[in-house]
Formats: sequence, C-alpha cells, structure tokens
Amino acid sequence: MSALDRLAAPFAHARSGDSDLPTGLVLLSGAIAAAVLSPIAWILLRVFEAEGDVSLVTQPSTFATSIALVAVVTGASVVIGVPLAFLTVRTDLPFRRFWTIAVALPLVIPSYLGAFTYISAFGPSGYIAGVLAPLGIDSVPSVYGFGGVALVLTLYTFPYVFITTRASLLSFDESLVEAARTLGVSRLEAFRRVTLPQLVPGIASGALLVALYALSDFGTPNLLRLEVLTQAIWVDFNGFGRETAAMLSLQLLTITAVILAVQSRVGDSTQGAYVGTRASTSSDTTVALGRWKAPALAFCATVVTMCLVVPLAVLFVWFRRGASDVGRTRLVFEWSYATNSVLVSVAAAVVCALAAIPVAYLAARHRSTIAEVIDRATYIGYAMPGIVLGLALVFFGVSYGAAVDDLSSVVGIASYLPALYQTLPLLIFAYVVRFLPQSVGATRSSVMRVDRELTEAARLLGQSSLGAFRRVALPLIAPGVLAGAALVFLTTMKELPATLLLQPTGFDTLVTYIWAVRESGSYGAAAIPAFVLIVVSALSMVVILSQEK
Amino acid sequence: MSRTTHRRSDASPTADSADADAETVLALSGITKTYGPETAVDDLSMSVVDGEILALLGPSGCGKTTTLRMIAGLERADAGTITLGDRTLADPDAGAFVPPEEHDIGLVFQDFALFPHLNAAENVAFGIDDRPAEEREARVAQLLELVGLDDHAEHYPEELSGGQKQRIALARSLAPEPDVLLLDEPLSNLDVALRVSMREEMRRIIDETGVTAIWVTHDQEEALSIADRVGVMNDGRLQQIGRPERIFERPTSRFVASFLGQAGFLTGRVDGDAVETDIGRLDAAHFPGLDLPDGTTIDVLVRPDDLQARPAADEATADGRLTQRQYQGPSFVYRVETTEGDSIHCMHNHTELFDVGRPVTVDVVADHPLQWFER
Repeated sequence: MSALDRLAAPFAHARSGDSDLPTGLVLLSGAIAAAVLSPIAWILLRVFEAEGDVSLVTQPSTFATSIALVAVVTGASVVIGVPLAFLTVRTDLPFRRFWTIAVALPLVIPSYLGAFTYISAFGPSGYIAGVLAPLGIDSVPSVYGFGGVALVLTLYTFPYVFITTRASLLSFDESLVEAARTLGVSRLEAFRRVTLPQLVPGIASGALLVALYALSDFGTPNLLRLEVLTQAIWVDFNGFGRETAAMLSLQLLTITAVILAVQSRVGDSTQGAYVGTRASTSSDTTVALGRWKAPALAFCATVVTMCLVVPLAVLFVWFRRGASDVGRTRLVFEWSYATNSVLVSVAAAVVCALAAIPVAYLAARHRSTIAEVIDRATYIGYAMPGIVLGLALVFFGVSYGAAVDDLSSVVGIASYLPALYQTLPLLIFAYVVRFLPQSVGATRSSVMRVDRELTEAARLLGQSSLGAFRRVALPLIAPGVLAGAALVFLTTMKELPATLLLQPTGFDTLVTYIWAVRESGSYGAAAIPAFVLIVVSALSMVVILSQEK
Repeated sequence: MSRTTHRRSDASPTADSADADAETVLALSGITKTYGPETAVDDLSMSVVDGEILALLGPSGCGKTTTLRMIAGLERADAGTITLGDRTLADPDAGAFVPPEEHDIGLVFQDFALFPHLNAAENVAFGIDDRPAEEREARVAQLLELVGLDDHAEHYPEELSGGQKQRIALARSLAPEPDVLLLDEPLSNLDVALRVSMREEMRRIIDETGVTAIWVTHDQEEALSIADRVGVMNDGRLQQIGRPERIFERPTSRFVASFLGQAGFLTGRVDGDAVETDIGRLDAAHFPGLDLPDGTTIDVLVRPDDLQARPAADEATADGRLTQRQYQGPSFVYRVETTEGDSIHCMHNHTELFDVGRPVTVDVVADHPLQWFER
C-alpha cells in the first residue's frame, strides 16, 4: 500500500458503505462462510450432548504439556529465526543468498517426515546408535518425549519466523535509524527504540504461525510418543471415547482462540507501519561481523545440518535400502496412491478457487462489517487443528447417517440420500475448510491490486456489474486465483490428520501410505512417497515466493 | 467549427448563467450527498449547456469529485435530481437510479484506469463492442488518429507514457459518443512540464468532437484557461459559476477571491462615496455603485498587480513596511504589513529591488473597479 492509498483508504471506506453492498454476493459469501464454520458447531453440539460431568475428562497434564510445547517451540523459533533473519539481511555474512534459501527450505519438509527421519537416525535402534555402539557408547539422548518433539517442531517451524522477520527487515527504512542517530541516539539505542518496534509485528506474525502449528500438529507428537491434546484426541477417538475427544477438541480450540487473541494485540499495531521510499540495504548501513563471522557461520551451518542434511541423508539411505525393504513388507507401494493424492488435491483446489472468488471480492471491494466478518470466518479453518476438523466431520457424517437411517425406518422406505461418512466429498470438504484461507488470501490480494476504477470505467462503457467483473476483473485476478489454487493443491497433498480420520476405506494416498509404513518398520518403502511429498512442498514454496513479487 | 465561435462570443458581459439560446444538456437540482456525519455535497444546483466546457474548481475535499461521480452514476445522491436531456438519471425521492452503464456519460479518470490486459486499440473499442466489427474498427482508428496515437494501437498501457495513457483514456471515453464527458483531475498525474501542452491538446480534442464536458480540477490556472464557464466549489457548495474572467474579476465571496490568484484584503471604512483605508483615501472611481451608510467597515480586494509600493521618507509618512520579498523571475512580489495590520502584496518589475523592513507608501494602480465585501 502506498502512502497515497492509505490516505485514500478512509475515502474508499466512506464511498462504499453498507447501502450498496450487493445482496447476491453477500448471501453467497455468507453461505460459504457458514459452511466453513459448521464443523465448530458439530464439536459444540457433541460436547453439549455429552452425558456426565465433562470436567472429569479434562486431563490437566495433557493440557499443560500442549501449552508448554507451544511456548517452548515458539520461543525457540524466535531465538533461531530472528538472528538468522538479521544475519542474512543486515550483515556481511558470507554466502548470504545461499543461507537465505537453505534456512527457509525446512518448510518444505512436513514435520511428520522430519520426525520420522529423526527416529530413524537417532532412535534406540537408529543409524547413530548403530555407529556409536561399536565405539562403546550405548546410550544416546532419547529422541522420544517432550525434548524430541520440541526439537523437531522447532526445526521445521522456525522458518516462519525467519521469513516474516526478514520481510520486516527488508522493508525497514534505514533512514529512520539515521534520523535517530542525528537526533543523538546511539546505535544500540536506535535499534531498541526505532528498529525493534518496527520488527515486532513481523516477528509476531511468524510466531503466530509457529504457535498454531505446534499446537495443532498431530504427526510429530504421535511418532515421538508425547501425550499432547491432539494425541489424546486421536487415542480417545480410536478408543471410542468420542465425547472425551470432543471435549478435548474444545480445549484445543480454546487455546487456539487465546493464541489468536494474543497475536492480534501484539502484531496488529498498524502505527508501526512507516514505509520509506528508499531501499534499505545500502552498503554503508550493513553491519560488519568482524570476529563474529566464524561463530555466525557455524550457527547457520548447524541449523541447516539439523533440519536439512540429516533428514535428506536418512531418506537417501532409505532409498538405497528400498528395494530389499519393499520385498519384506505387505505394504507394497502403488502408484495409484499418488494418483489418489492428486485426485483429492485437485478437487480441493478447484472447490477452494471457486469458493474464494466471491468471498475475496466482497472483502476486497466492500469494506463493511459484514464483509469483514465473512472474510475472517473463512480464516478460522486455518487455525483449526486438522484433527479437530476431522473429528467434527466424523461427527457430522455419523449423525447425518443416523438421521438418514431414522428417516428411512420411520418412513419405511429405503433412503435415497447418500451416506457421507468416509466418502470423498466429506474428505474434500475437510480440505476446503482447512485450506480455503490460502485461496482467499491469494485471490483477495489480487483483487486489491485491481483498481476499482477499472470496473467503474467498464460500467461507464456500458457493462453491467457482472459484465464488468467478467471482462475486466476476472482476467486480471486469474493469476492470483491460480496461485491460490496451486497452494491449496500442494498443501492438501501433504495433509495428515484429517486425511487419516476421514479417508474412505480402501482409499490410500501418499500420506496414509507413509503412515502405514511407519508401523511396519520397513522405512525403505516410504522413500519414494516421502521424496514426492518433499518435491510437492518445495513447489508450494515456489508458488508462494512467485506471488510475493 | 461553429460551436467554438458561440463559446466565447457571449453577448451579455454580465451573464453568469449559461447561454440563453443554447440547449441545457445536463441539469443538477438540489443535489446532496452525505457520508455519515459529513456532507460532501450540499444542495448543489447547476446546468450545463450543449457543447460547453464547464470547469468545476475547488480545493481537495470540496465535493467536486463526488459531484462528478454522482453524475456518472457511481455514487447515489441522497437528495435532489439529475437529468440528462429529458431522462432522469437520479431522483432518490422517487427511488429512481439509472445504473452507470445506462448513463451515456463518459468519464476520464484521474489515473486513467486503462485496462492493463487490453492494448490501446482494445481499450478504445471496449465501450463499442456491440457495433459491427467494421464500424468498430473504423471508429477506433478515427479516435486514435484524433488523439495522435494511431501508431500505438497495439501497445499495452504499461508501454505508454503518462501523456499517451491520458490520450487513450480520453479516446476510450469518447468512443461511445457520450452525451457528456466528465474529466476528473485529468492532468494531475502528469509532469508539470507536460500539463500545459496536454491541456491545450485536450481542449483541441474536446473541441473537435464537440462533446459537452465537465472538467474537475483544483488548479485555478487550468480551470481559467480551458473552460467556457467555471464553477467554484467549497465545502460541498457551489460558490459561484460564470465565465472565467467574470469569476476572476468579480468574485462574489472572499473564498472565491482568495482561491483565484493571490488576494489581499484592505480594511476600509465607507466615507461618502469614497473609502478610507490604511493606504489612504480611495476615491469613488474605484467603487462604482457603492451605496453603504458612512462608517460601514468593508474588505477591499486588492491583487498584487493592483498595487505599487514606494519607499517612504520616514515611518510617519509611511503606509506600512515591507515584510517579505518573493523573487519570481520576471517580477518581485513584496508583502506589505500596513500600519493597522492588513497584509497586502504588491507586484514590481524585477529591476525594482527594495530591502525588507523598509517603510513604504502604497498606491492603487488598478484601472478597473475594485471588488469589496461587507464585513
């Protein structure tokens, strides 16, 4: 947003008051938002229906573990991500471009794959133990439990903080620091009083993503055997303690809401949004590392080794052993798993792209309370842990099935209504709820880039509002819509918990296959699907980065 | 063209209204628009006659752009009516609003609003795609030639300079032959050096097509030079409307006087048919038709070219002292603070150099009546 746009913003607001909100668009967007929000209603319904004293099922230790995990992982991510961002943007660190990319790359490894490879490397019968045993070292620190989960989650989430902090640093105008220095403030003081306040929103938005991820991740704690809320929900669900699972889900949602509330207080201060016209990295303001160069390099190298080199090396070993492992397991990899993954991902991407257009258009064009509420509502799925969403839709599918059964027994005829539980539509709906925000975000920012005067010009040249949208807005936002769809496709490919809960019987994907292999111990069979997932995730990074230009 | 002749040949020197013999094309009556507690346009009435260029002039936020957008149908008036020919475009009391695409009104946007995914020719053709292909192509070619860009038909907006974008935007809004052409600060996004030549060019194009135009601007020089009539707006109200020279010479309010040119005001007391001021007694010749009781306090409008300063021998005989000197190349403009505290400006040739702080006497050298305002 240029300064001019910001000046014009109140005007734009005033010009499009509630009075000229297009009713059809509002109803359509509202329906989409309601559909996306419905899973929460199913959880609440289940909790209220629960018999007995619900407070009995709260497990203080699990609750505390989850919160502690969020705190530790978020803190550690900030401690690793912020210095790395500073080193790659503001110092004379050698090979800055290389480190910038290498440090962001862990995002392309789904954390459950990371955990998987860490077990393989550092587990009791892992490679490291195997190497160390002949040397007389027979105990390595356990990778299982709180420490291991916190380590793995930090390694695969700190890049969020790195990327958002880096963006703040890059857009930060160094002339502000120069202004502070000319007003008689020391370099350190200038950093504290000028630079830091401008960086806080960036750091906070990265930390939010980390906290939500740490709270909602299911694969890592499951693999590394830590009793957190997502794990407890999974256990209760499989043990038919569905009321308990619903109750725990509510707890998880409550923590999510608290995290969102905290972030919006810290990160949403728009007064820290001075954007200068000058490029920030002129050579004279770069910090010379001097004798700190070697430690800085060692720090970067350690981080990259732990989050990239180790898992990739393990995968490579798996791949080499692959042939012999595949022979030993019943779980033979079939390429239909890959095509299944692609199928559901394409379906989710298409639905998201279509649903995002009205919501994004309304939000970008009509600044009103109702448009904002609808826009925000579609973002809730993003913060909703996948396992909670999966569970909610299981409840929905089952109650729906029961209702259909009741209906057919009462009416006395076979029901023509199709079942939902464990069907593809329900699975795809789950993906849409989770990943619609990515589509809405990409589409909305592309709508914002289309000057509203363009559609006004089209109106004055004889087009109806729909015609103006089709002939002017749509061609211009198409790249954004596509990018959003691509992002949905790629994130759907690697989604784990909702897929596990909702997969139709006999319908296996890359993810469910990897999950099944973990129990058999024949890791070699997982090498190819794991590589496919990493490539897919890498592509999603490319899409995100190409959007930022 | 005949219509160009009727433009400036206005017979009656006092006519502030549109030509009596020309047909009214667009009429606004009692138009009001509020945003929450703020009134953007307040009870505005005016009419535009066939073939004229009307400039709406005012400071930013005065409501001129909102007025334009209401005429275009992009905003809805809260009260009042807008009629184009014999069609009612907006009448909130009757609940009638014609959607913008049926207004037959062209709008040239401040930042051009060219469709970035279409080339110049496609942009121009956008509003006439319901016509047969042959006719359409001929019309596009004709317009591109009119704006002098027939060799840029295939260029996309990002390949065009600011001035070229402006011409394409103009050609695009002229293509469907609108009844009225609206221009929203059309030159404000151009380099200062380009503005003067572009405004002459746009005036030429508008004249050649003969379209009726409303040109919104905050630049008084632009308004005075291109318009047949100027309407000055402030605070959502139309302050005065009339021929440019009339508005400049006989402003009806202090606001209009200070918005056009560098205005100074001298406090005066009516004494018979003359006026006593800090710079002496100004005789009746300056104030034809002054008919106020003795002792009435008035403000006399004096522009820099109406006044001359002369160094005074001492403080006692001086009218005031020089407080500021502005060098403007060909001339100096001196600010004089009179003995009783009025602030006025005198324009001098660049060879007449006086020192700031010097006591001076000031003479009125204007050969036209002076405008005055009652306190």
